Formats: sequence, C-alpha cells, structure tokens
Amino acid sequence: MNVTVREARAAQKLSFIDGDIHPAFRQISDLYPFLPARWREHMQTYGEHIRQGLTGQLAYPRMMASGMRADAFPEQGPPGSDLELMRKQHLDANGVETGMLVALSKGGMEERNLDFAAALSRGVNDWQIEHWVEPEPRLRAGIVVPQEDAAFAASEIERRAPDRRFVQVIFSPRATDPIGHRRYWPIYEAAERNNLPIGLHSAGFSGGHPSTPSGWPTYYMQEHYSFFTAMQTVVTSLIFEGVFERFPKLKVVPIEGGFTWAPALGWRMDKHWERMRSEIPHVKRPPSEYLRENFWFTTQPIEEPAKPEHLAEIIGWLGWDRLIFSSDYPHWDFDHPRHAFKFHLTDEQKAAVFRGNAKAVYGL
Amino acid sequence: MSRHVVARADEIAPGTHKVIEVKGREIGVFNLGGEYFALSNRCPHEAGPMCSGKVTGIVLSDGPGTYRIERLGEFVRCPWHGWEFDIRTGQSYCDPKSTKIRSFQVKLEPGEELVKGPYVAETFPVTIEEKYLVIEM
Repeated sequence: MNVTVREARAAQKLSFIDGDIHPAFRQISDLYPFLPARWREHMQTYGEHIRQGLTGQLAYPRMMASGMRADAFPEQGPPGSDLELMRKQHLDANGVETGMLVALSKGGMEERNLDFAAALSRGVNDWQIEHWVEPEPRLRAGIVVPQEDAAFAASEIERRAPDRRFVQVIFSPRATDPIGHRRYWPIYEAAERNNLPIGLHSAGFSGGHPSTPSGWPTYYMQEHYSFFTAMQTVVTSLIFEGVFERFPKLKVVPIEGGFTWAPALGWRMDKHWERMRSEIPHVKRPPSEYLRENFWFTTQPIEEPAKPEHLAEIIGWLGWDRLIFSSDYPHWDFDHPRHAFKFHLTDEQKAAVFRGNAKAVYGL
Repeated sequence: MSRHVVARADEIAPGTHKVIEVKGREIGVFNLGGEYFALSNRCPHEAGPMCSGKVTGIVLSDGPGTYRIERLGEFVRCPWHGWEFDIRTGQSYCDPKSTKIRSFQVKLEPGEELVKGPYVAETFPVTIEEKYLVIEM
C-alpha cells in the first residue's frame, strides 16, 4: 500500500531538531555484515528469542498500514528503510536540521540470549553509522544497548562515546524489572560519565508485561494510550530508587511517552513524599524536583485539546525548557513541525522546543 | 470565485479519483457513481495529502457488540493520521464539530460553455460533445 509522495516546497520549511526518527532495515540481511559469523549463523538458524510472545510481531495490530504513515512506503522494504525517501519526505520537506535516530528493532533490547544481544547491539550501532549517519550527516545515532546485561551495556557506551555521532543511549523502558532497579545502574553510571542522555522509547515491545497495569487491553487504542501510563511507572521507578541521588547529572528523555501527565505526577509524588519519605530516605528532595531537573520530554504524539490554550497551560507548569519536538517519522501518528501545535508559540518558546532544548540535552 | 476546467469527465471513472492542481492548490476530484466531488488535498488537521489516502466506508455502531460498515467508497482516510472525511461534504467523521475540509463545487458542463483554463487549452482537445469537469474556487 502506498500513495503519492508530497515533495518539498520552500514555503513549508522550518529548520528544527527532530527528537524521534525511526530507521528500519530493508530486510534483515542488511544487518548480517555487522554481525560476527557465529551470530549471523545463529540468527539464520534459531532466530531471535525475545521477552514476549509472537516473535517478529507486535502484541497489538497497529493502525493504518502496520503503524506506518501510508505514504511512507518506499518501493522496496518497510517505511524508514530508504534514506532517499526519508530525505525527500521528511528531512528536506520539513526542514530537519538534526534528527535523532531511534532504532527500535534488533538491537538486543528484547533478546533473552545475552551473548546474542551483545552482538546485535554492536551490529545495530555499526549499521546506524554506516547506513544512515555516514551518508546523511543531519542524522545522529543512539547507542542501542541490551539493558538486561548492564555490564556489557556500559562497555558499549564507553566504546561508542568518543564518537560524537552517537548522542544518546537507547534501551527498552519496559525491561525485565522497572528500570530504576540497581541492576541497571552501570548503564546510568556510564551514561552520566560520558554526558549522554538516556532515550527511553515506550512504544514498541512491552517486554512481556501486560501493557496496562490492569492487564492486557482489548483494543489498539488502549495499547496506544498505555505508552503514557508505562512511562509514568518508568519515571517513578527512576526517582524512587534513588537513581538521581547517585547520578545527579543523568539526563533522561522519555520518547513518545507523553508529557502532559508529568506536572500532575509531580504534585502527587510530592504530596506522598512529604508523608512517606521515611520509607525512601535516600530520596532527599521533593520528587518533582528530579522531574524538573533530570527529565526532558519529546512532544509526539501531542495532545490536541478542544481548547488549545489548555495545552499551553500544562506546558507552562512543566516548563518550556523541558520539551523537545519530535515527529516519529515514518509512523502513522507522526507530528508535523508546522501543524502539531494548535496554538501560537512565542519566538522564545519556538526556539526552545524546536532547537534550543535539544541542543542542550544532546550537546549539539 | 472563478471557474476552472480540471479534467474530462471520462478521465475519472466511477469509484476513482484524481488529484489536480488549481491556482497552485491541490484538489482531489472524486467520482461517486457518476456524481463528482472535489476536496482540498490538504488535511485540515496537520496538512497531510489527504486525497491520496485510502477510500473506504464508515464503521458505525449502535452500541457495544453491534457494528456495521456503511457507505463504502464514500470516505477518504488521510494517509497520515487516519482522519476520515465524507467525500460528499468534506465533513470529517472523527470530529465533525471542528474539522472540515474545504469542499469545492464541481459542475458537469458541456464543453462549449467553458472558460478555458490552462489544463484544457494546453493539454486536451475540446469538442462540443465532450463533457468537462469544472471547479469553482
């Protein structure tokens, strides 16, 4: 299924930094040159063994064309697999100055076999550079790591960090345990030491957990909304486990996990922290302070309330310095940089959300 | 308001549509069983190329457990976010109160009454017998 591609027009241009672009393999064999023979053989013989059922497929059928923008299919391969089309349809057409690659597939995040996971992680990181960042310098890679092997993950961060084409660390926020758990701390230590933010993309694999706290939902619409609730549990885990007391300079960027819930979550956490702080004496400050200092949020899929000014008010509570515009190209719920906000942004707000905040967080 | 010849009527068969450009604007012209409708190809939501999306029907329900699909072929679904618009009126289905595509009046007129636009003058021969599609915008 495909439709006509709309090309760039000068009048549509607005230069901005995009916090969420998804690259894809044309076919899985694209990854083979980046895997040692031992793991290439393994992949061909056994395939992957991920932490949820339905290997090679998402737990919920996705809207539109398998979760993709219906006009983003190249002649061969899935959306996001063709750099030329990505340039024509998004980077050039919409004026992307710098785009963050968030590689969700095959990087070892979901793999149970940890040695294979390590090989996949290295392979996907090499693939990002060779297939995407080298030919298209507007793009930046994320160091994809298998969080379940934190020691390996930390070593991969150290290995890649000197290469500034990598601007963040990516792993699954729906890990085996809530990710504030100490077994994941070596990742935070390496990320903080190298001043690399952690990018947490909640949409995707659910890690074998029901996607809502009350169990497996019936509809994709419920599943889609669950990215928000999942991200709230990720944030509370990181804060209450004391991650930011141990790693105060750690930067965390929830991607596609929403942000409108964050102010209310901060109020609620603060209220309970005042009464129950003896349970978590290692959390020295009101929880909302960590939320305000250690987290930045990408915007897509942005809310569109009937009264757009309500959204402006919520962003005011959160802080205009906390938001990074993201498109989620080429997925169906893509946000367009010129049309996503349904209210007027001041020049200062625009400069922060579309460029300044990302520059500060990713060190661009 | 001016009138523009956009296509020969037989170029757009029943059940098909075509995106054409008028005064620098992309317009989708649809043929629903011999009736013609024209919609802007700019989705009012986030400006997606909506007329190039899937043409479909509308799924309705009177309550949990009952559902039906109606008016097959009379809705177009934007390829970006899936907003569905009634091809006859430009009315969106998802949020009829707030999102309406601009629709343009399409008339079927004999060739000799036409104000010749560039499309007709330069591309297609005009004959009295032929029928042309005209858009007013």
